[in-house]
Amino acid sequence: MSPHAAEEDAANAYQSLSETTAHDDPRWAFGTGVEAASGIDGAAEITSPVPDGVDPADLAAYCRMLGDDALIYSHRLSEWVSNAPELEEEVALANTALDLLGQARVLLARAGHVEGLSGRGRDEDALAYERTDAQFQNVALAELSDDLDFARAVARLLIFSSWRLALLHRLLGSADPVVAAVAGKGVKELAYHRDYAARWTLRLGDGTDESHRRMQAALDTLWPYVGELFRTSDEERRLIGAGVAVDPADTRAEVDAVLDEVLAKATLTRPDRPFIGTIGGRSGRQGVHTEHLGHALAEMQSLARQHPDTTW
Amino acid sequence: MVTAVVRARAAVAAVVDPEMPMLTLDDLGVVRGVAVDGAAVTVTITPTYSGCPAVEEMRHDLRASLTEAGFERVEVRTVFSPPWSTDWISEDGRRKLAEAGVAPPDRVGPRATGPVPLTLTAPSTAVRCPHCGAPATEEISRFGPTACTALRRCPACREPFEHMKEM
Repeated sequence: MSPHAAEEDAANAYQSLSETTAHDDPRWAFGTGVEAASGIDGAAEITSPVPDGVDPADLAAYCRMLGDDALIYSHRLSEWVSNAPELEEEVALANTALDLLGQARVLLARAGHVEGLSGRGRDEDALAYERTDAQFQNVALAELSDDLDFARAVARLLIFSSWRLALLHRLLGSADPVVAAVAGKGVKELAYHRDYAARWTLRLGDGTDESHRRMQAALDTLWPYVGELFRTSDEERRLIGAGVAVDPADTRAEVDAVLDEVLAKATLTRPDRPFIGTIGGRSGRQGVHTEHLGHALAEMQSLARQHPDTTW
Repeated sequence: MVTAVVRARAAVAAVVDPEMPMLTLDDLGVVRGVAVDGAAVTVTITPTYSGCPAVEEMRHDLRASLTEAGFERVEVRTVFSPPWSTDWISEDGRRKLAEAGVAPPDRVGPRATGPVPLTLTAPSTAVRCPHCGAPATEEISRFGPTACTALRRCPACREPFEHMKEM
């Protein structure tokens, strides 16, 4: 809410709150201040120069890919808030969403900064709230709905975190300082997410007949989306040579080994289901999405689209 | 000039963590630098977690403390690399955590190279009860009330407590 809006509405309960704190005090709406955006933009690494020999357009696209995976999946995880089977799991899933949101903010701020070097720059909010579905570059696994099936949440988190951990681990030495910094923090966070998901996979897979059946069904549902994780986009291919990106195809053996180990211990069967495929060679990285992304964006973007440039 | 730096450092040292107010930001190890140039001061901090919502609060509190100390222009910068780890928490900080009933994190040391190993069972490192000192306690939940803590309980004194996770 802008200060003017507050002045116009003397009865507004928020007015007294905002008057009791300094103008820039984010305390009354903890962690929601728009100032947070400038905090990310003001971070030392965001404005680092583009590494030598790198096309800024490729770097911006790569940051959007890694950032969109985290942003969209974070939104899907946050749907569990007030819906999880137990309070502890709700807190766990919300914390996981928060870690991914933090990674997304840094990557999207970097993408927006690099875009601005050759014309129109955008901040992280513009990238999150003002793009249409075809402009998002996340993989389909990030955008699916869990349909409030906890086994689906566990299976997806296991697959996603195993893959992203393998990616970020290889990106620790990225020539781009922002990608490397996100990897440095993200590796620790994702190792935690993966352990959480793996332990629930054991409990559910090696649990009751019902939990086993549902855990297996969740894996079967998600498996057709696994193949996309190991596809290499043109932007990635060009950035690999410059030391900025890593080839997702190279993570396959590591991810398979982790999943095989967990599934075997959980008495689950690795699904034998083919990759859902691409449309003319295009998938999430090229802006081709399932119908699920539109639903996620409708909810995620509705407030920002109804009240453009609102501050509070 | 030297006194201005000392004054700025003292103002920074007085700021406490918004989520764990028993610790100063210095104890937590998130302050990476304090630079003074006349009436301007630049503080560099690093976030604990990528999505730590407390960073904004830290920035605000740092600005307020330094303004109070007489600095006209205060800039708080964040830097992500090298990433923060619980190993940055000072000995003093560890003692204060335990005194406040939060089991401090173990030292993790530099990370081994190679893929991050999967841990399918709770880590065997013993977490001592901060209330009664019993050496063996059990984990209730891997995620506690803040992103950086887990919930545990002590079978000896039966008290639940928070444990700051090793990161």
